[in-house]
Amino acid sequence: MAFKIIASQCTQCGACEFECPSGAIKFKGETYVIDPKKCTECEGTFETQQCASVCPVSKTCVPA
Amino acid sequence: MSAPMISLQGLSGTTVFDQSPARAKSGGCASSSCGSSAKPHEMDSAVWEKIKDHPCFSEEAHHYFARMHVAVAPACNIQCNYCNRKYDCANESRPGIVSERLTPDQALRKVIGVANEVPQLSVLGIAGPGDACYDWKNTKATFQRVAKEIGDIKLCISTNGLALPDRVAELAEMNVDHVTITINMVDPRIGAKIYPWIFYGNRRYTGVEAATILHERQMSGLEMLTARGILTKINSVMIPGVNDEHLIEVNKWVKERGAFLHNVMPLISDPAHGTHYGLSGQRGPKAMELKALQDRLEGGAKLMRHCRQCRADAVGLLGEDRGQEFTLDRLPDKVTYDASKRETYRAVVARERGDRLAAKSEALGMVKTAGSGKSLLVAVATKGGGRINEHFGHAKEFQVYEASPKGISFVGHRKVEQYCLGGRAEDKSLDGVISTLEGVDIVLCARIGNCPEDRLKEGGIRATEAYGYDYIETAIGALYAAEFGSEPLAATA
Ligand code: SF4
Ligand code: SF4
Ligand code: SF4
Repeated sequence: MAFKIIASQCTQCGACEFECPSGAIKFKGETYVIDPKKCTECEGTFETQQCASVCPVSKTCVPA
Repeated sequence: MSAPMISLQGLSGTTVFDQSPARAKSGGCASSSCGSSAKPHEMDSAVWEKIKDHPCFSEEAHHYFARMHVAVAPACNIQCNYCNRKYDCANESRPGIVSERLTPDQALRKVIGVANEVPQLSVLGIAGPGDACYDWKNTKATFQRVAKEIGDIKLCISTNGLALPDRVAELAEMNVDHVTITINMVDPRIGAKIYPWIFYGNRRYTGVEAATILHERQMSGLEMLTARGILTKINSVMIPGVNDEHLIEVNKWVKERGAFLHNVMPLISDPAHGTHYGLSGQRGPKAMELKALQDRLEGGAKLMRHCRQCRADAVGLLGEDRGQEFTLDRLPDKVTYDASKRETYRAVVARERGDRLAAKSEALGMVKTAGSGKSLLVAVATKGGGRINEHFGHAKEFQVYEASPKGISFVGHRKVEQYCLGGRAEDKSLDGVISTLEGVDIVLCARIGNCPEDRLKEGGIRATEAYGYDYIETAIGALYAAEFGSEPLAATA
Protein backbone atom coordinates (compact mmCIF):
# COMPACT_ATOMS: atom_id res chain seq x y z
CA MET A 1 0.00 0.00 0.00
CA ALA A 2 1.69 3.14 -1.19
CA PHE A 3 1.31 6.28 -3.26
CA LYS A 4 3.43 7.28 -6.22
CA ILE A 5 4.16 10.51 -8.12
CA ILE A 6 3.58 10.77 -11.86
CA ALA A 7 6.92 12.36 -12.69
CA SER A 8 5.87 13.89 -16.00
CA GLN A 9 3.26 16.04 -14.26
CA CYS A 10 5.24 17.06 -11.19
CA THR A 11 6.19 20.76 -10.95
CA GLN A 12 8.96 20.02 -8.43
CA CYS A 13 7.48 22.42 -5.94
CA GLY A 14 8.38 20.20 -3.01
CA ALA A 15 5.19 20.78 -1.03
CA CYS A 16 4.48 17.06 -0.76
CA GLU A 17 7.94 16.43 0.65
CA PHE A 18 7.48 18.58 3.68
CA GLU A 19 3.89 17.53 4.30
CA CYS A 20 4.58 13.80 4.23
CA PRO A 21 4.36 12.48 7.80
CA SER A 22 6.44 9.41 6.95
CA GLY A 23 9.44 11.05 5.34
CA ALA A 24 8.73 8.94 2.27
CA ILE A 25 9.24 11.64 -0.38
CA LYS A 26 12.67 12.71 -1.64
CA PHE A 27 14.01 14.65 -4.58
CA LYS A 28 15.83 12.17 -6.79
CA GLY A 29 17.55 13.25 -9.96
CA GLU A 30 14.94 15.26 -11.81
CA THR A 31 11.83 14.80 -9.73
CA TYR A 32 10.24 13.86 -6.45
CA VAL A 33 9.69 10.18 -5.76
CA ILE A 34 7.86 8.26 -3.06
CA ASP A 35 9.64 5.42 -1.34
CA PRO A 36 6.96 2.68 -1.31
CA LYS A 37 8.59 1.05 1.70
CA LYS A 38 8.10 4.16 3.81
CA CYS A 39 4.71 5.41 2.53
CA THR A 40 1.86 4.57 4.89
CA GLU A 41 -0.82 6.31 2.77
CA CYS A 42 -0.99 8.54 5.84
CA GLU A 43 -3.08 5.95 7.61
CA GLY A 44 -3.56 6.58 11.27
CA THR A 45 -2.04 10.06 10.96
CA PHE A 46 -4.32 12.07 8.68
CA GLU A 47 -7.71 11.62 7.08
CA THR A 48 -6.41 12.24 3.58
CA GLN A 49 -3.13 11.56 1.87
CA GLN A 50 -1.11 14.71 2.47
CA CYS A 51 0.84 14.56 -0.78
CA ALA A 52 -2.32 14.35 -2.88
CA SER A 53 -4.05 17.09 -0.85
CA VAL A 54 -1.30 19.67 -1.25
CA CYS A 55 -0.20 18.86 -4.79
CA PRO A 56 -1.13 21.62 -7.27
CA VAL A 57 -1.52 19.23 -10.17
CA SER A 58 -4.48 16.89 -10.06
CA LYS A 59 -3.87 13.14 -10.42
CA THR A 60 -0.16 13.50 -9.82
CA CYS A 61 0.08 11.85 -6.38
CA VAL A 62 -1.93 8.66 -6.90
CA PRO A 63 -2.18 5.12 -5.53
CA ALA A 64 0.68 3.04 -6.86
CA MET B 1 13.25 76.74 -15.65
CA SER B 2 14.67 73.45 -16.81
CA ALA B 3 16.41 71.24 -14.34
CA PRO B 4 20.18 71.10 -14.71
CA MET B 5 21.25 68.80 -17.47
CA ILE B 6 23.30 66.42 -15.35
CA SER B 7 22.05 62.92 -15.57
CA LEU B 8 22.58 59.98 -13.30
CA GLN B 9 24.20 58.27 -16.26
CA GLY B 10 27.01 60.76 -16.22
CA LEU B 11 27.37 60.87 -12.48
CA SER B 12 27.43 57.31 -11.42
CA GLY B 13 29.82 55.78 -13.90
CA THR B 14 28.41 52.34 -13.25
CA THR B 15 27.94 49.52 -15.65
CA VAL B 16 24.23 49.97 -15.85
CA PHE B 17 24.20 53.62 -16.61
CA ASP B 18 27.18 53.51 -18.92
CA GLN B 19 25.37 51.16 -21.18
CA SER B 20 21.85 52.30 -21.00
CA PRO B 21 21.81 55.31 -23.33
CA ALA B 22 23.19 53.28 -26.16
CA ARG B 23 21.09 50.19 -25.83
CA ALA B 24 17.51 50.12 -26.89
CA LYS B 25 16.89 47.12 -24.70
CA SER B 26 17.66 48.73 -21.36
CA GLY B 27 14.24 49.93 -20.47
CA GLY B 28 15.21 52.09 -17.51
CA CYS B 29 12.47 52.71 -15.09
CA ALA B 30 10.04 50.11 -16.18
CA SER B 31 9.81 46.71 -14.61
CA SER B 32 8.09 46.16 -11.39
CA SER B 33 7.78 48.81 -8.93
CA CYS B 34 5.27 49.02 -6.30
CA GLY B 35 4.83 51.98 -4.07
CA SER B 36 3.50 55.05 -2.48
CA SER B 37 3.34 58.24 -4.43
CA ALA B 38 3.49 60.26 -1.26
CA LYS B 39 6.21 62.86 -1.12
CA PRO B 40 8.49 62.83 1.86
CA HIS B 41 6.93 65.85 3.55
CA GLU B 42 3.50 64.25 3.65
CA MET B 43 4.59 61.28 5.63
CA ASP B 44 6.00 60.79 9.07
CA SER B 45 9.74 60.62 9.00
CA ALA B 46 10.09 57.15 10.52
CA VAL B 47 7.99 55.71 7.71
CA TRP B 48 9.86 57.71 5.09
CA GLU B 49 13.15 56.31 6.42
CA LYS B 50 11.77 52.81 5.92
CA ILE B 51 10.57 53.29 2.37
CA LYS B 52 12.84 55.89 0.88
CA ASP B 53 15.11 53.34 -0.79
CA HIS B 54 12.39 50.86 -1.59
CA PRO B 55 11.33 50.99 -5.23
CA CYS B 56 8.13 49.09 -4.60
CA PHE B 57 6.93 50.94 -1.54
CA SER B 58 7.90 54.42 -2.69
CA GLU B 59 7.09 55.82 -6.08
CA GLU B 60 9.80 58.41 -5.61
CA ALA B 61 12.39 55.72 -4.83
CA HIS B 62 11.46 53.66 -7.84
CA HIS B 63 13.22 56.13 -10.07
CA TYR B 64 16.52 55.36 -8.35
CA PHE B 65 16.51 51.99 -6.68
CA ALA B 66 16.30 48.43 -7.87
CA ARG B 67 14.93 45.25 -6.48
CA MET B 68 15.76 41.67 -7.14
CA HIS B 69 13.72 38.59 -6.46
CA VAL B 70 14.99 35.12 -5.85
CA ALA B 71 12.71 32.16 -6.38
CA VAL B 72 13.59 29.91 -3.47
CA ALA B 73 10.10 29.00 -2.23
CA PRO B 74 8.19 27.11 -4.93
CA ALA B 75 5.74 25.27 -2.66
CA CYS B 76 2.31 26.81 -2.21
CA ASN B 77 -0.64 26.11 0.06
CA ILE B 78 -3.45 27.44 -2.11
CA GLN B 79 -4.48 27.47 -5.74
CA CYS B 80 -5.42 30.69 -7.52
CA ASN B 81 -7.32 30.67 -10.78
CA TYR B 82 -4.81 33.04 -12.34
CA CYS B 83 -1.80 30.86 -11.61
CA ASN B 84 -0.46 27.83 -13.36
CA ARG B 85 2.43 26.45 -11.43
CA LYS B 86 3.43 24.04 -14.12
CA TYR B 87 4.38 26.86 -16.41
CA ASP B 88 8.06 27.56 -16.35
CA CYS B 89 9.63 29.03 -19.41
CA ALA B 90 12.82 31.02 -19.81
CA ASN B 91 11.43 33.07 -22.68
CA GLU B 92 8.28 34.08 -20.98
CA SER B 93 8.18 37.32 -19.07
CA ARG B 94 5.21 37.73 -16.81
CA PRO B 95 4.59 37.94 -13.10
CA GLY B 96 5.07 34.87 -10.99
CA ILE B 97 7.04 33.21 -13.70
CA VAL B 98 10.55 32.26 -13.07
CA SER B 99 13.08 30.31 -15.02
CA GLU B 100 15.54 29.50 -12.30
CA ARG B 101 14.66 28.00 -8.95
CA LEU B 102 17.38 28.43 -6.41
CA THR B 103 18.51 26.84 -3.20
CA PRO B 104 19.30 29.31 -0.40
CA ASP B 105 23.04 28.95 -1.11
CA GLN B 106 22.58 29.59 -4.81
CA ALA B 107 20.40 32.56 -3.95
CA LEU B 108 23.14 34.03 -1.79
CA ARG B 109 25.63 33.70 -4.63
CA LYS B 110 23.23 35.42 -6.99
CA VAL B 111 22.41 38.29 -4.62
CA ILE B 112 26.11 39.02 -4.09
CA GLY B 113 26.76 38.80 -7.83
CA VAL B 114 23.99 41.33 -8.50
CA ALA B 115 24.94 43.64 -5.61
CA ASN B 116 28.46 43.87 -7.03
CA GLU B 117 27.22 44.84 -10.50
CA VAL B 118 23.95 46.71 -9.96
CA PRO B 119 24.62 49.58 -7.58
CA GLN B 120 20.93 50.54 -7.50
CA LEU B 121 20.11 47.32 -5.68
CA SER B 122 18.37 48.05 -2.38
CA VAL B 123 15.78 45.31 -1.92
CA LEU B 124 15.73 41.54 -1.94
CA GLY B 125 12.30 40.03 -2.27
CA ILE B 126 10.94 36.51 -2.14
CA ALA B 127 7.73 36.29 -4.11
CA GLY B 128 6.15 33.64 -6.29
CA PRO B 129 5.90 31.15 -7.67
CA GLY B 130 4.99 29.55 -4.39
CA ASP B 131 4.38 31.14 -1.04
CA ALA B 132 7.24 32.55 1.01
CA CYS B 133 5.45 32.02 4.33
CA TYR B 134 4.40 28.47 3.54
CA ASP B 135 7.78 27.39 2.10
CA TRP B 136 9.30 28.96 5.18
CA LYS B 137 12.48 26.95 5.67
CA ASN B 138 13.86 28.09 2.32
CA THR B 139 12.73 31.69 2.80
CA LYS B 140 14.26 31.95 6.24
CA ALA B 141 17.56 30.34 5.30
CA THR B 142 17.93 32.70 2.34
CA PHE B 143 17.23 35.83 4.36
CA GLN B 144 19.59 34.83 7.14
CA ARG B 145 22.43 34.10 4.77
CA VAL B 146 22.01 37.31 2.76
CA ALA B 147 21.57 39.58 5.79
CA LYS B 148 24.84 38.30 7.20
CA GLU B 149 26.77 39.31 4.05
CA ILE B 150 24.97 42.51 3.01
CA GLY B 151 23.81 44.20 6.17
CA ASP B 152 21.95 47.13 4.58
CA ILE B 153 19.82 45.24 2.08
CA LYS B 154 16.09 45.43 2.72
CA LEU B 155 14.24 42.15 2.90
CA CYS B 156 10.66 41.73 1.82
CA ILE B 157 8.23 38.95 1.07
CA SER B 158 5.00 38.39 -0.78
CA THR B 159 2.43 35.99 0.53
CA ASN B 160 -1.12 34.83 0.00
CA GLY B 161 -1.58 35.25 3.76
CA LEU B 162 -2.74 31.76 4.68
CA ALA B 163 0.41 30.86 6.64
CA LEU B 164 1.27 34.44 7.51
CA PRO B 165 0.00 34.59 11.12
CA ASP B 166 2.40 31.75 12.01
CA ARG B 167 5.38 33.72 10.67
CA VAL B 168 4.90 37.27 11.88
CA ALA B 169 7.05 36.87 14.98
CA GLU B 170 9.98 35.47 13.00
CA LEU B 171 9.58 38.09 10.27
CA ALA B 172 9.88 40.80 12.90
CA GLU B 173 12.92 39.10 14.40
CA MET B 174 14.64 39.03 11.02
CA ASN B 175 13.96 42.73 10.43
CA VAL B 176 11.71 42.11 7.47
CA ASP B 177 9.96 45.43 7.41
CA HIS B 178 8.00 45.14 4.19
CA VAL B 179 5.38 42.51 3.51
CA THR B 180 2.97 42.21 0.60
CA ILE B 181 -0.24 40.23 1.01
CA THR B 182 -2.35 39.40 -2.02
CA ILE B 183 -5.96 40.02 -0.99
CA ASN B 184 -8.56 39.72 -3.73
CA MET B 185 -11.71 39.55 -1.64
CA VAL B 186 -13.27 40.02 1.77
CA ASP B 187 -16.47 38.20 0.80
CA PRO B 188 -15.83 34.42 0.73
CA ARG B 189 -18.55 33.96 -1.89
CA ILE B 190 -16.42 36.00 -4.25
CA GLY B 191 -13.34 34.22 -2.96
CA ALA B 192 -14.82 30.90 -4.00
CA LYS B 193 -14.73 32.13 -7.61
CA ILE B 194 -11.03 32.96 -7.37
CA TYR B 195 -9.61 30.11 -5.28
CA PRO B 196 -10.54 26.53 -6.14
CA TRP B 197 -8.87 25.17 -2.99
CA ILE B 198 -6.59 25.79 -0.04
CA PHE B 199 -4.49 23.38 2.02
CA TYR B 200 -4.78 24.16 5.70
CA GLY B 201 -4.52 22.18 8.92
CA ASN B 202 -3.48 19.07 7.00
CA ARG B 203 -6.44 18.94 4.67
CA ARG B 204 -7.76 20.45 1.51
CA TYR B 205 -10.75 22.80 1.68
CA THR B 206 -12.79 24.01 -1.27
CA GLY B 207 -15.49 26.54 -2.06
CA VAL B 208 -16.79 29.11 0.41
CA GLU B 209 -15.31 27.21 3.33
CA ALA B 210 -11.82 27.53 1.84
CA ALA B 211 -12.27 31.22 1.08
CA THR B 212 -13.58 31.89 4.60
CA ILE B 213 -10.48 30.42 6.20
CA LEU B 214 -8.21 32.28 3.80
CA HIS B 215 -10.03 35.55 4.48
CA GLU B 216 -9.78 35.19 8.26
CA ARG B 217 -6.09 34.33 8.11
CA GLN B 218 -5.38 37.27 5.78
CA MET B 219 -7.09 39.74 8.08
CA SER B 220 -5.42 38.49 11.23
CA GLY B 221 -2.02 38.39 9.50
CA LEU B 222 -2.46 42.01 8.43
CA GLU B 223 -3.50 43.08 11.92
CA MET B 224 -0.50 41.33 13.46
CA LEU B 225 1.90 43.03 11.04
CA THR B 226 0.36 46.42 11.73
CA ALA B 227 0.65 45.85 15.47
CA ARG B 228 4.39 45.28 15.03
CA GLY B 229 4.93 48.28 12.80
CA ILE B 230 5.77 46.20 9.73
CA LEU B 231 4.72 48.05 6.59
CA THR B 232 2.20 46.07 4.59
CA LYS B 233 1.26 46.46 0.99
CA ILE B 234 -1.88 44.78 -0.30
CA ASN B 235 -1.89 43.46 -3.85
CA SER B 236 -5.27 42.86 -5.45
CA VAL B 237 -5.79 41.33 -8.84
CA MET B 238 -8.58 43.11 -10.68
CA ILE B 239 -10.75 40.48 -12.36
CA PRO B 240 -13.53 42.10 -14.42
CA GLY B 241 -16.94 40.74 -13.52
CA VAL B 242 -15.59 38.83 -10.52
CA ASN B 243 -14.10 41.23 -8.00
CA ASP B 244 -13.73 44.60 -9.73
CA GLU B 245 -16.55 46.37 -7.86
CA HIS B 246 -15.76 44.40 -4.72
CA LEU B 247 -12.22 45.82 -4.53
CA ILE B 248 -13.72 49.04 -3.19
CA GLU B 249 -14.85 47.05 -0.15
CA VAL B 250 -11.47 45.32 0.06
CA ASN B 251 -9.78 48.71 0.06
CA LYS B 252 -11.86 49.81 3.08
CA TRP B 253 -11.13 46.65 5.06
CA VAL B 254 -7.40 46.79 4.53
CA LYS B 255 -7.23 50.48 5.27
CA GLU B 256 -9.00 49.94 8.58
CA ARG B 257 -6.44 47.29 9.46
CA GLY B 258 -3.47 49.52 8.80
CA ALA B 259 -2.35 48.56 5.28
CA PHE B 260 0.21 51.06 4.08
CA LEU B 261 -0.47 50.75 0.36
CA HIS B 262 -3.02 49.15 -1.92
CA ASN B 263 -1.84 47.97 -5.29
CA VAL B 264 -4.57 47.02 -7.73
CA MET B 265 -3.10 45.00 -10.57
CA PRO B 266 -4.76 43.93 -13.79
CA LEU B 267 -5.46 40.22 -14.28
CA ILE B 268 -3.16 38.84 -16.92
CA SER B 269 -4.97 36.11 -18.74
CA ASP B 270 -3.86 34.39 -21.89
CA PRO B 271 -4.93 30.89 -22.94
CA ALA B 272 -1.30 30.11 -23.72
CA HIS B 273 -0.43 30.45 -20.02
CA GLY B 274 -2.69 27.53 -19.18
CA THR B 275 -4.25 29.12 -16.10
CA HIS B 276 -7.88 28.45 -15.24
CA TYR B 277 -8.82 32.02 -16.17
CA GLY B 278 -6.75 31.85 -19.34
CA LEU B 279 -8.51 28.68 -20.44
CA SER B 280 -12.01 29.75 -19.42
CA GLY B 281 -11.77 33.00 -21.37
CA GLN B 282 -11.88 35.33 -18.37
CA ARG B 283 -10.57 38.65 -19.67
CA GLY B 284 -8.27 41.12 -17.94
CA PRO B 285 -9.12 44.82 -17.55
CA LYS B 286 -8.09 47.51 -20.04
CA ALA B 287 -5.72 50.26 -18.92
CA MET B 288 -8.51 52.84 -18.69
CA GLU B 289 -10.74 50.46 -16.70
CA LEU B 290 -7.93 49.93 -14.22
CA LYS B 291 -7.35 53.65 -13.91
CA ALA B 292 -11.07 54.29 -13.43
CA LEU B 293 -11.19 51.82 -10.55
CA GLN B 294 -8.03 53.25 -9.01
CA ASP B 295 -9.52 56.74 -9.24
CA ARG B 296 -12.61 55.55 -7.37
CA LEU B 297 -10.39 54.12 -4.67
CA GLU B 298 -8.61 57.42 -4.02
CA GLY B 299 -9.27 58.47 -0.45
CA GLY B 300 -9.19 54.92 0.89
CA ALA B 301 -5.92 53.12 1.53
CA LYS B 302 -3.12 54.80 -0.36
CA LEU B 303 -2.81 53.46 -3.88
CA MET B 304 0.24 52.22 -5.56
CA ARG B 305 0.30 53.15 -9.20
CA HIS B 306 3.78 52.21 -10.32
CA CYS B 307 3.67 48.41 -10.04
CA ARG B 308 5.11 46.66 -13.08
CA GLN B 309 4.06 43.15 -12.13
CA CYS B 310 7.56 41.88 -12.44
CA ARG B 311 8.68 38.36 -12.98
CA ALA B 312 9.45 36.54 -9.77
CA ASP B 313 13.14 36.57 -10.64
CA ALA B 314 13.36 40.10 -11.98
CA VAL B 315 16.52 42.11 -11.37
CA GLY B 316 16.96 45.82 -11.82
CA LEU B 317 15.00 49.05 -11.78
CA LEU B 318 11.26 48.63 -11.97
CA GLY B 319 10.35 48.24 -15.61
CA GLU B 320 13.67 46.73 -16.39
CA ASP B 321 14.53 43.09 -16.12
CA ARG B 322 18.18 42.17 -16.16
CA GLY B 323 17.50 38.74 -14.71
CA GLN B 324 18.95 37.02 -17.76
CA GLU B 325 22.34 38.61 -17.13
CA PHE B 326 22.60 37.00 -13.73
CA THR B 327 21.63 33.39 -14.20
CA LEU B 328 23.68 30.97 -12.12
CA ASP B 329 25.78 29.79 -15.05
CA ARG B 330 26.96 33.35 -15.62
CA LEU B 331 28.06 33.86 -12.04
CA PRO B 332 31.47 32.85 -10.77
CA ASP B 333 31.47 29.89 -8.36
CA LYS B 334 32.87 32.03 -5.59
CA VAL B 335 31.72 35.60 -5.16
CA THR B 336 32.73 38.10 -2.52
CA TYR B 337 30.63 41.10 -1.72
CA ASP B 338 32.16 44.42 -2.69
CA ALA B 339 30.25 47.37 -1.26
CA SER B 340 32.01 50.15 -3.17
CA LYS B 341 29.67 50.59 -6.13
CA ARG B 342 26.54 50.61 -4.02
CA GLU B 343 28.03 53.17 -1.65
CA THR B 344 29.11 55.53 -4.41
CA TYR B 345 25.73 55.28 -6.06
CA ARG B 346 23.88 56.11 -2.86
CA ALA B 347 25.90 59.28 -2.42
CA VAL B 348 25.05 60.35 -5.99
CA VAL B 349 21.36 59.65 -5.48
CA ALA B 350 21.25 61.66 -2.27
CA ARG B 351 22.38 64.75 -4.20
CA GLU B 352 20.26 64.18 -7.30
CA ARG B 353 17.20 63.44 -5.24
CA GLY B 354 17.31 66.77 -3.36
CA ASP B 355 17.68 68.54 -6.67
CA ARG B 356 14.71 66.77 -8.16
CA LEU B 357 12.52 67.50 -5.16
CA ALA B 358 13.22 71.20 -5.54
CA ALA B 359 12.41 71.02 -9.25
CA LYS B 360 9.21 69.19 -8.40
CA SER B 361 7.88 71.79 -6.00
CA GLU B 362 8.71 74.52 -8.48
CA ALA B 363 6.75 72.62 -11.13
CA LEU B 364 3.83 72.26 -8.77
CA GLY B 365 3.79 76.00 -8.33
CA MET B 366 3.50 76.43 -12.11
CA VAL B 367 0.49 74.14 -12.27
CA LYS B 368 -1.24 75.93 -9.42
CA THR B 369 -0.62 79.43 -10.75
CA ALA B 370 -1.93 78.44 -14.17
CA GLY B 371 -5.28 78.65 -12.42
CA SER B 372 -7.02 76.27 -14.77
CA GLY B 373 -9.56 73.66 -13.72
CA LYS B 374 -8.53 71.31 -16.49
CA SER B 375 -6.48 68.17 -16.29
CA LEU B 376 -3.86 66.84 -18.65
CA LEU B 377 -2.79 63.21 -19.11
CA VAL B 378 0.87 62.98 -20.05
CA ALA B 379 2.85 59.87 -21.07
CA VAL B 380 6.59 59.98 -20.45
CA ALA B 381 9.41 57.89 -21.91
CA THR B 382 12.06 57.44 -19.24
CA LYS B 383 14.77 55.06 -18.25
CA GLY B 384 15.21 56.20 -14.70
CA GLY B 385 16.44 59.07 -12.56
CA GLY B 386 13.09 60.84 -12.85
CA ARG B 387 13.93 62.34 -16.23
CA ILE B 388 12.58 62.27 -19.75
CA ASN B 389 15.54 60.41 -21.16
CA GLU B 390 14.24 57.65 -23.43
CA HIS B 391 13.64 57.69 -27.18
CA PHE B 392 10.05 57.16 -28.24
CA GLY B 393 10.96 54.20 -30.40
CA HIS B 394 12.96 52.53 -27.65
CA ALA B 395 10.38 52.81 -24.89
CA LYS B 396 9.03 49.53 -23.60
CA GLU B 397 6.63 51.38 -21.39
CA PHE B 398 5.39 54.87 -20.75
CA GLN B 399 4.88 56.38 -17.32
CA VAL B 400 1.62 58.24 -17.20
CA TYR B 401 1.13 61.38 -15.14
CA GLU B 402 -1.90 63.51 -14.55
CA ALA B 403 -1.57 67.25 -14.07
CA SER B 404 -4.58 68.96 -12.58
CA PRO B 405 -5.34 71.73 -10.10
CA LYS B 406 -4.60 69.14 -7.41
CA GLY B 407 -1.00 68.83 -8.58
CA ILE B 408 1.07 66.43 -10.64
CA SER B 409 0.58 62.79 -9.85
CA PHE B 410 1.79 59.52 -11.21
CA VAL B 411 -1.15 57.43 -12.36
CA GLY B 412 0.49 54.36 -13.81
CA HIS B 413 2.59 52.94 -16.56
CA ARG B 414 1.55 51.39 -19.81
CA LYS B 415 3.59 48.67 -21.42
CA VAL B 416 4.06 48.80 -25.15
CA GLU B 417 5.79 46.76 -27.74
CA GLN B 418 8.93 48.61 -28.72
CA TYR B 419 8.16 50.51 -31.86
CA CYS B 420 11.72 50.61 -33.02
CA LEU B 421 13.36 47.19 -32.85
CA GLY B 422 17.01 47.07 -33.85
CA GLY B 423 16.78 50.37 -35.72
CA ARG B 424 13.85 49.28 -37.89
CA ALA B 425 10.59 51.00 -37.20
CA GLU B 426 7.65 48.61 -37.06
CA ASP B 427 4.39 49.98 -38.39
CA LYS B 428 2.18 47.38 -36.78
CA SER B 429 3.56 47.97 -33.31
CA LEU B 430 2.97 51.69 -33.72
CA ASP B 431 -0.75 50.96 -33.99
CA GLY B 432 -0.43 49.01 -30.76
CA VAL B 433 1.36 51.90 -29.07
CA ILE B 434 -1.35 54.31 -30.16
CA SER B 435 -4.14 52.15 -28.78
CA THR B 436 -2.23 51.57 -25.53
CA LEU B 437 -1.93 55.32 -25.11
CA GLU B 438 -5.71 55.78 -25.29
CA GLY B 439 -6.79 58.82 -23.32
CA VAL B 440 -3.31 60.37 -23.19
CA ASP B 441 -3.08 63.99 -24.35
CA ILE B 442 0.60 64.30 -24.99
CA VAL B 443 3.73 62.13 -25.08
CA LEU B 444 7.07 63.43 -23.80
CA CYS B 445 10.25 61.74 -24.92
CA ALA B 446 13.94 62.42 -25.47
CA ARG B 447 13.62 61.99 -29.21
CA ILE B 448 11.00 61.07 -31.79
CA GLY B 449 11.07 60.81 -35.57
CA ASN B 450 8.76 62.79 -37.85
CA CYS B 451 6.95 59.74 -39.09
CA PRO B 452 5.80 58.32 -35.75
CA GLU B 453 5.01 61.83 -34.59
CA ASP B 454 2.66 62.34 -37.55
CA ARG B 455 1.07 58.94 -37.09
CA LEU B 456 0.45 59.66 -33.42
CA LYS B 457 -1.13 62.97 -34.38
CA GLU B 458 -3.53 61.15 -36.70
CA GLY B 459 -4.42 59.00 -33.69
CA GLY B 460 -5.18 62.13 -31.68
CA ILE B 461 -2.02 62.12 -29.57
CA ARG B 462 0.58 64.84 -29.63
CA ALA B 463 4.24 64.05 -28.99
CA THR B 464 7.21 66.29 -28.33
CA GLU B 465 10.91 66.04 -27.63
CA ALA B 466 11.04 69.68 -26.50
CA TYR B 467 11.52 68.68 -22.88
CA GLY B 468 14.11 65.96 -23.45
CA TYR B 469 16.34 65.29 -20.39
CA ASP B 470 14.33 67.55 -18.11
CA TYR B 471 12.94 66.27 -14.85
CA ILE B 472 9.53 64.77 -15.48
CA GLU B 473 7.69 67.16 -13.17
CA THR B 474 9.51 70.21 -14.51
CA ALA B 475 8.42 69.35 -18.02
CA ILE B 476 4.84 68.65 -17.04
CA GLY B 477 4.64 71.87 -15.05
CA ALA B 478 5.90 73.89 -18.01
CA LEU B 479 3.61 72.04 -20.37
CA TYR B 480 0.56 72.59 -18.20
CA ALA B 481 1.33 76.28 -17.86
CA ALA B 482 1.77 76.50 -21.62
CA GLU B 483 -1.50 74.71 -22.33
CA PHE B 484 -3.76 76.30 -19.78
CA GLY B 485 -1.93 79.28 -18.32
CA SER B 486 -2.10 82.82 -19.58
CA GLU B 487 1.38 82.70 -21.06
CA PRO B 488 1.71 81.70 -24.69
CA LEU B 489 2.80 78.19 -25.60
CA ALA B 490 6.49 77.99 -24.76
CA ALA B 491 7.63 75.02 -26.73
CA THR B 492 6.19 72.43 -29.00
CA ALA B 493 8.11 70.07 -31.16
S1 SF4 C 1 0.42 9.08 1.05
FE1 SF4 C 1 1.07 10.06 2.94
S2 SF4 C 1 2.77 8.78 3.64
FE2 SF4 C 1 2.46 8.25 1.51
S3 SF4 C 1 3.85 9.60 0.41
FE3 SF4 C 1 1.88 10.66 0.46
S4 SF4 C 1 2.07 11.96 2.26
FE4 SF4 C 1 3.68 10.43 2.46
S1 SF4 D 1 3.38 18.47 -4.56
FE1 SF4 D 1 2.96 17.56 -6.56
S2 SF4 D 1 3.94 18.99 -7.98
FE2 SF4 D 1 4.77 19.46 -5.96
S3 SF4 D 1 6.63 18.22 -5.86
FE3 SF4 D 1 5.01 17.00 -4.95
S4 SF4 D 1 4.24 15.77 -6.65
FE4 SF4 D 1 5.43 17.38 -7.55
S1 SF4 E 1 -0.48 32.03 -4.08
FE1 SF4 E 1 0.94 32.47 -5.74
S2 SF4 E 1 1.94 30.50 -6.22
FE2 SF4 E 1 0.16 30.05 -4.96
S3 SF4 E 1 -1.40 29.60 -6.47
FE3 SF4 E 1 -1.62 31.76 -5.95
S4 SF4 E 1 -0.40 32.88 -7.47
FE4 SF4 E 1 0.20 30.69 -7.56
